[in-house]
Amino acid sequence: MSKLLVAESVSKNFGDFRALNNVSIAVPKGSIFGLLGPNGAGKTTLIRIINQITMPDEGRVLLDNQPLQPEHIRDIGYLPEERGLYKSMKVGEQALYLAQLKGMSKADAKKQLKLWFDKFEIGDWWNKKIQELSKGQAQKIQFVVTVLHRPKLLIFDEPFSGFDPINANLIKDEILKLREEGATVIFSTHRMESVEELCDHIALIHKSNKVLDGNLVDIKRQFKSNTFEVGLQSNNSESVINEIKDKFEVLPATFKNVYDDVKLNVKITPETSPNDLLSFLTSKAEVHHFVEVIPSASDIFIQTVKNN
Amino acid sequence: MNHLPLIIKREYLNKVRNKSFIIMTFLSPLIMVALISVVAYLAQLNNDKKRTISILDESGLFKDVFENTENTTYNYINGTALEDAKSFVKKEEQYGLLYVGNGDLEAVSKSVSFYSEESPSLTIMSSLENKIERKLRELKLISNGLDIDQIENSRANISISQESFDGQKSSKIDNIFKLAFGGIAGYLLFMFIIIYGNMIMRSIIEEKTSRIIEVIISSVKPIQLMMGKIIGTSLAGVTQFAIWIILLGILTTVVSMVFGVDLSAAQGQQQEIVQQAMENPAMQNEINLAVQSFQNLPLANLIIAFLLFFISGYLLYSSLYAAVGAAVDNETDTQQFMLPILMPLILAVYVGVFTVIDDPHGTVSTVFSFVPFTSPVVMLMRIPFGVPLWQQLVSLLLLVGTFMFTVWFAAKIYRVGILMYGKKPSYKEIFKWIKY
Repeated sequence: MSKLLVAESVSKNFGDFRALNNVSIAVPKGSIFGLLGPNGAGKTTLIRIINQITMPDEGRVLLDNQPLQPEHIRDIGYLPEERGLYKSMKVGEQALYLAQLKGMSKADAKKQLKLWFDKFEIGDWWNKKIQELSKGQAQKIQFVVTVLHRPKLLIFDEPFSGFDPINANLIKDEILKLREEGATVIFSTHRMESVEELCDHIALIHKSNKVLDGNLVDIKRQFKSNTFEVGLQSNNSESVINEIKDKFEVLPATFKNVYDDVKLNVKITPETSPNDLLSFLTSKAEVHHFVEVIPSASDIFIQTVKNN
Repeated sequence: MNHLPLIIKREYLNKVRNKSFIIMTFLSPLIMVALISVVAYLAQLNNDKKRTISILDESGLFKDVFENTENTTYNYINGTALEDAKSFVKKEEQYGLLYVGNGDLEAVSKSVSFYSEESPSLTIMSSLENKIERKLRELKLISNGLDIDQIENSRANISISQESFDGQKSSKIDNIFKLAFGGIAGYLLFMFIIIYGNMIMRSIIEEKTSRIIEVIISSVKPIQLMMGKIIGTSLAGVTQFAIWIILLGILTTVVSMVFGVDLSAAQGQQQEIVQQAMENPAMQNEINLAVQSFQNLPLANLIIAFLLFFISGYLLYSSLYAAVGAAVDNETDTQQFMLPILMPLILAVYVGVFTVIDDPHGTVSTVFSFVPFTSPVVMLMRIPFGVPLWQQLVSLLLLVGTFMFTVWFAAKIYRVGILMYGKKPSYKEIFKWIKY
């Protein structure tokens, strides 16, 4: 898959503090790329470098195989975490201004704005001032302004903060729709459930270094421990458990099941096939539950950060 | 992509449409005119009081000296004793009684006294004294055998005509014109920097607190945003100044026409002097010279220099204001950074006022007209007195160089500062930002 954005060993120092150390990422075209990391890891610095707000000390960033240049500003839509709008300016005027700064013509911006305002049913806000809107309403305007100029690359930093669940869903659907229309999305958040839901790829930055990146499915495969949740029913559960313990590594289990005579997490060696475990189990008892334990994005995040 | 015009337009419209800006623009001249009218009106009221002064002149020397004026009536009393005259004046509730005794001139001059209920006003006392003195001097001269007419004729009126080596005529009034021009230009710049520098600073702080800055900065270069803000705000400032001047002009005319309040009544006395001067041929000559000297001012040089020094000086300071705005989160934190900006500015005005008047080409004023942070004000004050072109150019060059440096410096601080939230930075930290 071709890459829309490539960062090659990017480093950035602020005085004595190294905010980014040799970080490389590659964002495939049309993907939703999760940029994860604890607070203060360096995500925002990397995002600002991509937006040409700050310049990297070392390394370079390519957009569509070209080194970043001022013209690329119009190809990027950025919704920063620290965001806001001019409070005393009217919604329509402000949206037009911001769109023109992104290189849109006034007429085009007006047309697109009308479409979005109709879609969100907020047409009557045009002449209101931002200070008259609620926080969630202002966030909606902010989202529209970010995507209005149809950028190739969208960068969202905590896009759902400030939204109620209904509006968060609305925004999520719009993000997915934009991706379908060909946009690539970089998505930075601490909400792991939305990473799980949206991201195809992730990169994890910790203490200024990239510690993990790749396709989310691949990473999960890499992080799985060959552990299976096993739920059995047997008249003689004690001896069944002992027999399993003799052959495999067994951990306590907490999953929910209607039959809980035997409830175990069974870990097998990488060489063993799950089929071997399954056939062993069927020979001993009735199998009601057999599921591989797949680590969640949250598990992967915590595990990686702790190990580094 | 050059977004500068777009940013300037937004900043300008945003300022000009702002309610408090509009109110300030239209209310300030009203308040000023109202204040001046009140003062003028009060001054008139004060002068309006009619009074009668009785004169008991036992010497009989001052018969024709006191002539009635609009507000003061002189009432001669004859053949009464002083005590009777006093009680008469008191009964009639007159302003006071002037008593002149009898005897030789020396005795007369010592006998003059004034009796009144309240202590008399200083102006009236000095006007009475003047009149008596003049009469007494005349009498003394006559008694010494001198001819008054001859003395009148012997009076000379001297006005040294000044001329530079290349034939440019000037006069004392000339200097007043020059001082006025320089003073107004310097003070205007000072006011402009303080009012609109602060406005720029506040608008940057507002952008930080509303958190829009990162959104904007992902579309435009920080220096473009900064310059756009400075230029947009300055244009709004020029607009406000222009409206002020026009409104003041209109209001002054309207007020003086409608209410019949002579706004110059406050300076009525000066007006009289001017009127007297007009009748005096020597003074007439002086006025002609003044008009001529106004025409003699190096107007082209003045206007060009004014524009160049005003613009560069203003940009120099406003970029510093912008840097301060970027460095802090709220207005209360600006104090510690304002002092180093205001110090040279205030110094410039003081140096300008005290040394340029004294000697426009003295060492102190010359040096300060080269130092970039004070040169715009001091040089603007010096130029009307004729500063060699090379000095103007060197000073301007230094100023422009410094201004480019401060803009660069401010842009550095601005670029980092606008994305820094939460804590008030120290000077040390700010200087570190330059290296980021």
